Amino acid sequence: MKALLVAEYRDGQLLGSYQELIDFGGQLGAECAMFAVGSKDTLPAFDGTLYLADVSQVGEFDPDAHKQLLLGVIEQEQPDYIVFSHSSYGWDLAPRVAFSLKASQISEVVEISDGTMVVPVCNAKLRRQVKPNTPITVVTLQAGAFGLAEPPTGSPEVKEVAAVGSGPISFTGYEEAEAGGVDLSKSEVIVSAGRGVGKPENVAIIEDLAKALGGDYGASRPVVDSEWVEHNRQVGTTGQTVSPKLYVACGISGAIQHLAGMKKSEFIVAVNTDKDAPIGEAADVLVVADLKQFIPVLTEKIKGG
Amino acid sequence: MKILVCIKQVPDMESKFKIDAAGTWYDNADLAWRLNEYDEYAVEQAVRLKEQLGEGDITVLSIGPDKVKEAMKKALAMGCDRGVQVSDEAVSGKEPYQIASIVAAFAGDKNFDVIFTGMQSQDRGSGQVGVLIAEMLGMPSVTTVVDFNFEGGSVTAKRELEGGIKAMVKVATPALFTCQLGLNTPRYPTLPNIMKAKKKELLSIPVADLLKFEPRQQTAALYFPEKKGGGLVLEGEVGDLADQLVRILKEKTTVLS
Repeated sequence: MKALLVAEYRDGQLLGSYQELIDFGGQLGAECAMFAVGSKDTLPAFDGTLYLADVSQVGEFDPDAHKQLLLGVIEQEQPDYIVFSHSSYGWDLAPRVAFSLKASQISEVVEISDGTMVVPVCNAKLRRQVKPNTPITVVTLQAGAFGLAEPPTGSPEVKEVAAVGSGPISFTGYEEAEAGGVDLSKSEVIVSAGRGVGKPENVAIIEDLAKALGGDYGASRPVVDSEWVEHNRQVGTTGQTVSPKLYVACGISGAIQHLAGMKKSEFIVAVNTDKDAPIGEAADVLVVADLKQFIPVLTEKIKGG
Repeated sequence: MKILVCIKQVPDMESKFKIDAAGTWYDNADLAWRLNEYDEYAVEQAVRLKEQLGEGDITVLSIGPDKVKEAMKKALAMGCDRGVQVSDEAVSGKEPYQIASIVAAFAGDKNFDVIFTGMQSQDRGSGQVGVLIAEMLGMPSVTTVVDFNFEGGSVTAKRELEGGIKAMVKVATPALFTCQLGLNTPRYPTLPNIMKAKKKELLSIPVADLLKFEPRQQTAALYFPEKKGGGLVLEGEVGDLADQLVRILKEKTTVLS
């Protein structure tokens, strides 16, 4: 069995997620080659063939060009599996490649089990085992679901892939994340508001508890999207990654994108009305309660010592 | 301008899910249903585009049993002009390639200038359907859009990447866009618009007229993840809960000392 692993570069830098692809290939028992549109300046630690297209010629984001380059390599390598990260790059490119190959795509794989790919359903409340019906399978891997215990070693045998013409989408540059504001990565205590706060006025409940605990308040994505809390307090994949001594998740269901940003906290308390909310999996303590009733009482008790 | 918005009706994610008899999907009974969250942004962006241009015709399409008309009525009340239900009692068993092929078969000869979808559904979450529709129709697609501007036949959009970084892209229409949360602020349908929506055209097409492909993958099993344990679950009266939690925090953390 052969697998082609698709590594990513961002702003000229190789992303560490390529290690997750290697682990997945190993678990699959596949002979692996790698493909990237990147640069010789930062190469993955990988013992195998790396098909490398020069990013300075192709551009970091040109899905149609990247698809063409990848299809050329697939033609040579004849892999059974093509493996992407389930990332803004991977979920964009994978279906394009799957379509061209008449391949099945299985998205956001978290585990290989009994020869099937396991993926989350309904905000990770359920799991699904999926089997492809096609000879070639494209998969995307959930961030953090795979990974090597030890950093990989080795250096690839680089085969250069000639550039192709650009596609219909022109990439004009990156816009950096909103600068300034609050650096939650140094906070010892973070109390975060989720959708369960219900309305903007209730964010004050969260702020009060954060203050009583001598910490900062944060928020999950839906609260930031609703503009109840500013983006520079968002915790999660598209916000900040935090690891405080205490993280209190209030009315946060625990989407993978949020968990990725806070699961390294030393102690996690979740307050949620839904006993089955996925946040319960990450929490040391799950308080099953309506935060609007519970948090003010807790805040008073903490203030009272 | 001709605009297509593809929407899905999904269960409320707070629902208590059960596994169905076949063991391959959740049981559809006793669930509260709503418009897929990502698709609300797609509908809103379509309506804003029409408002910006002062002209246009927005078709909203959904695949599923008759109850999907509820989600479509919301989209019509938000400002879509006509609804198309692809009638399919067995929609939950269709995989992303089949779903995309149904939409592409419908859209094939309609010459839509812009197509919007959500970036993924909240239940299946494959994130494939939008891109596949565009590939099938031979049009460019931009995914994970958090900013959208149409001007002079082209769209400049921002794609959301990890870490809050955005990629700025430009593409000429016709093109498809998959909408990420936060793209806009979806409007609440007003009562007069809800009444008006009842009079809008709502066409129904049997799925057999549009679906020509066998599934490319199958579900072997659906199940609840194993509880990893470790976590203590506290239930009861809020005062007691607060006392218990304070005790635990004093014991297990240093933040209260």
